[in-house]
Amino acid sequence: MSILGHYNYWIVIFLMMVGFYVVISHGNLVKKIVGLNIFQASVFILYISMGKIHGGTAPIVAEGVSRYSNPLPHVLILTAIVVGVATTALGLALVVRINEAYGTVEEDEIHAKDSSL
Amino acid sequence: MIRQHLPALQVILPLLAAPACLLLRRAGLAWLFATVVGFATFAIAILLLRQVLSQGDITYALGGWSAPWGIQYYVDPVSALVLLIVSGISAVVLPYAARSVAREIPSERRCVFYTLFLLCLAGMLGIAITGDAFNLFVFLEISSLSSYALISMGQDRRALTSSYQYLIMGTIGATFILIGVGLLYVMTGTLNMQDLAQRLPAVATTRTIHTAFAFLVVGLSLKLALFPLHLWLPNAYTFAPSVVTTFLAATATKVAFYALLRFVFTIFGAEYAFNTMPLGPTLMLLALLGLFVASAVAIFQENIKRILAYSSVAQIGYMILGISFATVTGVSAGILHLFNHALMKGALFMAVGAIFLRTGSMQLQHLAGIGRRMPWTMAAVVIGGLSLIGVPLTVGFISKWYLIQAALERGWWPVAVLVLIGSLLALVYVWRILEAAYFDAPAKPDAHIKEAPLSLLIPTWALVLANIYFGIDTSLTVGVARQAASLLLGVQP
Repeated sequence: MSILGHYNYWIVIFLMMVGFYVVISHGNLVKKIVGLNIFQASVFILYISMGKIHGGTAPIVAEGVSRYSNPLPHVLILTAIVVGVATTALGLALVVRINEAYGTVEEDEIHAKDSSL
Repeated sequence: MIRQHLPALQVILPLLAAPACLLLRRAGLAWLFATVVGFATFAIAILLLRQVLSQGDITYALGGWSAPWGIQYYVDPVSALVLLIVSGISAVVLPYAARSVAREIPSERRCVFYTLFLLCLAGMLGIAITGDAFNLFVFLEISSLSSYALISMGQDRRALTSSYQYLIMGTIGATFILIGVGLLYVMTGTLNMQDLAQRLPAVATTRTIHTAFAFLVVGLSLKLALFPLHLWLPNAYTFAPSVVTTFLAATATKVAFYALLRFVFTIFGAEYAFNTMPLGPTLMLLALLGLFVASAVAIFQENIKRILAYSSVAQIGYMILGISFATVTGVSAGILHLFNHALMKGALFMAVGAIFLRTGSMQLQHLAGIGRRMPWTMAAVVIGGLSLIGVPLTVGFISKWYLIQAALERGWWPVAVLVLIGSLLALVYVWRILEAAYFDAPAKPDAHIKEAPLSLLIPTWALVLANIYFGIDTSLTVGVARQAASLLLGVQP
């Protein structure tokens, strides 16, 4: 088993760290949401990867097929994607309201406006 | 017939009532409907608790699919107690909401407010009742998403930024939980909690399970605002509408605490969490640090809601301290404090909301002399504050008593001393509120500030009296907490 054998998990970890870093480092509220999305997408790939079985096909009963991939992680992640979409929608809606209230979506400018109150 | 479906009704009722609220289109009607639903869920929770105590645990296969394939609802004394406190708080808060929401939320948003409130309630009840690890994540997100939206309804524009901050941190926490659950599934092939508990020991030494444990504990600690992951909490509680602050302060962190109990004790088992993994010392250190730092910060706040919010972070420290002992007395002290803290913080935030209704301010300096203008409301603050400090005859005393007992049982007397010093810090910040309210002369005589209306006073005092009642008659709370703790630790009561 080589170190690249599980390359999908490397992609997961890479995306996870990229997303996490964007959330932490960026001051722009929209970019933070983008980072959060990348972070969540990495977990989606993690779930989908673990349902895969070598040589397995889609889990549909058919003649001459005896190996199926596990469909449960896919179903689970469908739910998680829905949760992710809802979170993104709510987050962006909040950003729109913040933009209306403050006239900016930059974190440092928002702080400056609040501390001058 | 209907008795048998009570576990499902507990969650389905508020979940289905939520969109119905939106369809009613009239704020008054939506409020009335939500209140009826709130009381109905409370009644169901009481019935469930009685059934659990008399006939033992209840399992309910959702849609007739038996576990481990289907989603299972599982009610044992721990979950029954959490169901009781969450639905009980909602039943007290909803009658209170009518006047407070009318003051703080514009009329076109009030129907949406009750919809979100019921959704949040459904999510929290779902967390407490489900026996499926992934289902728990879904309910956690239902309650979190609705609470982000509820917080953003605050009048101050900072409500928006604090809601956004909570959304970012909460989502990171939830994603961590999702990763943890996924890693558990990959090693065991199951999501049912009891099935997980049976299959985990075989693979417990693998690195994947270690990682899953770490992700789950950190994710849940974010949700329950364990120091230093509490940063979202003070702003969210300060700028949210009063009703939302009351409801979330009394329930949201408690439910996350319950989820931590479930994962640590039911799924991983105390043996794994405290002997294989260093959970005990980690939690104890963070709990004690949180207790002192948050209490110290609370002392220097000028906004009364913010004082109470930081105090919440400190009180979460007490709960976590309880489980870090990993003994029956310790865990039951944690569960007791979960229940008791919901009562005291509920009462305090309700009284503060009543003050806001009359004065329109949360700043300590504007509250000078309020004790004479609103005697009943301030009396509620006094009793709630005494409970927070842990004065005998209030619930706060009971949980601290058991906490100190747990520390002494282990022979860790310095921890017991630290708990007592923490109470002294609580005395200081509670005193600051009382000093402003009773001893400072009002800046200008405001004759128009009068006592809060009865629709606010009655729910507030209902919780205040509960504070005293459960501080004197502890047979129900201590009995259930002990039973729950022995169950979680797997020892005979």
